[in-house]
Amino acid sequence: MPSIIRVSGLTKTYASGFTALQNIDLDIHRGEIFALLGPNGAGKTTLISIICGISSPSQGSVLADGFDIVRDYRAARSKIGLVPQELCSDAFENVWSAVNFSRGLFGKPSNPEYIEKLLRQLSLWDKKDAQMRELSGGMKRRVMIAKALSHEPDILFLDEPTAGVDVELRKDMWEMVRQLQKQGVTIILTTHYIEEAEEMADRIGVIRKGKILLVEEKQALMDKLGSKQLSIRLQEPVSEIPEALAEFSLQLDTDGDTLSYRYDSRQESDSIARLLRKLTEQGLEIRDLHSSESSLEQIFVSLVHEKEQ
Amino acid sequence: MNLYAIRAIYKFEMARTFRTLMQSIASPVLSTSLYFIVFGTAIGSRMGNIDGISYGAFIIPGLVMLSLLSESISNASFGIFFPKFSGTIYEVLSAPVSSMEIVIGYVGAAATKSVTLGLLILLTAQLFVDYHIQHPVWMLAFLILTAITFSLFGFIIGIWADDFQKLQVIPLMVITPLTFLGGAFYSISMLPEPWQTLTLFNPVVYLISGFRWAFYGVADVNVAVSLGMTMVFLLICLTVVWWIFRTGYRIRT
Ligand SMILES: Nc1ncnc2c1ncn2[C@@H]1O[C@H](COP(=O)(O)OP(=O)(O)OP(=O)(O)O)[C@@H](O)[C@H]1O
Ligand SMILES: [Mg+2]
Repeated sequence: MPSIIRVSGLTKTYASGFTALQNIDLDIHRGEIFALLGPNGAGKTTLISIICGISSPSQGSVLADGFDIVRDYRAARSKIGLVPQELCSDAFENVWSAVNFSRGLFGKPSNPEYIEKLLRQLSLWDKKDAQMRELSGGMKRRVMIAKALSHEPDILFLDEPTAGVDVELRKDMWEMVRQLQKQGVTIILTTHYIEEAEEMADRIGVIRKGKILLVEEKQALMDKLGSKQLSIRLQEPVSEIPEALAEFSLQLDTDGDTLSYRYDSRQESDSIARLLRKLTEQGLEIRDLHSSESSLEQIFVSLVHEKEQ
Repeated sequence: MNLYAIRAIYKFEMARTFRTLMQSIASPVLSTSLYFIVFGTAIGSRMGNIDGISYGAFIIPGLVMLSLLSESISNASFGIFFPKFSGTIYEVLSAPVSSMEIVIGYVGAAATKSVTLGLLILLTAQLFVDYHIQHPVWMLAFLILTAITFSLFGFIIGIWADDFQKLQVIPLMVITPLTFLGGAFYSISMLPEPWQTLTLFNPVVYLISGFRWAFYGVADVNVAVSLGMTMVFLLICLTVVWWIFRTGYRIRT
């Protein structure tokens, strides 16, 4: 599969001495939606900033559509659009000139028809004469998207696009992202939420503490990570798990009153019903039930574990 | 060369000027006019001529320089400081533009603005004081060169400054005193020694002297020296800007 972005041996050490990225290798395929998943401070924004030219790499190289981002920065950057994580804008500028400014900055002759189409697509057309300070947060984010798309890039970076965005707009945004993918745009987005990565991405990369832990096709990753946990609190503590429940490989907590059961929510099965039945048969009374998805942090821990083994 | 980008930055900066027309044009013109009224018309009529020029006319070049320097610096420094401050600089940094194109856009707009302002002040001066420009072409040349040089200087300050106070401190603490002591209101030959010699270390003396020569054909220092010094400042500023972009100093993390 041809790569549109190739990151090799990328390391970033900030002036403060902090190393935010360590020897990153990453290939983004042409035309895919790639989600970069990681907790706060993982290095997602740093990675994007380097690819887009906002930050300089300490070591390693990045090719965007075959062009080196440092040596051939003009060719490389003109392929890329960026919606940054932070909303920022000149408060007194109006939407229309802000978006046209971006197009000019990226070296494209003005094209009012295209910009109009873009603003209509993002439901911003009726706001085109409004000053940025008059817009709501969600509208501002849409303007930032319009600015990023104003020069018709082949690659679009969305750094936490759904932060502070309501459900409606989120749906619109995903719709637009899919539309863009159909037009051949490669999209890289970052997120904290596994559900979001799951919903949107073709492939998912997990990053933590400046290292890429793994990159996988979404389905493969979901099968790995899609487990849930059922906690069963008992009326009376038990000293050990009854023999009859061995098939469920339950775990008993130290107090002896909570049993946890791991299961795969994706696979249709009657295992929970069976478990509950058996519990009653054993005379164990249930006080409370609670089911939870594996949290991102748990997933990371299990991934790191897996790697070490 | 990404001409579209230069134009975009230039247009953006000029639009900012027009949005703040009162502050950026009207107020400097008004405050300079006050000088003309007070020193040119009111007090000036009681003052003797300097180098055969009426006092009101004598101070015009210096006053224009005063506004030119402070406006060039504040326009250019604010122009680049603000995007850094608000975060919008990300867009310029991620765009396919060279450092030279960025500088041409920002500094070009700031210089355009201060040249316009200088000319407006000259026009306004006509209302209060009778003066005549002997070498209009040289006058324009000095005006434009100085505007570019000090806009570059302002650009450097804007990049160096990481808070609003630093943005103000050099114009207020360095440039304004140097201009007042640079012969805007007197000829340096009127100073006693050692001040007369010490004054020659003040770069603004050369700017004002050369500019005044273009008006009236008289100067404190040889006009060729003035021109040479202006060029030297320009070169110094260009070198610093080049260094800033080469090292990414305070721009790229
Ligand atoms: N300019 C800087 N100087 C020094 N350290 C920095 C700088 N910018 C970021 N860092 C550090 O680098 C690490 C990675 O930051 P980064 O912004 O890339 O994380 P992130 O994955 O985008 O996090 P989030 O999900 O919170 O946006 C953090 O520990 C952060 O403190
Ligand atoms: Mg981030």
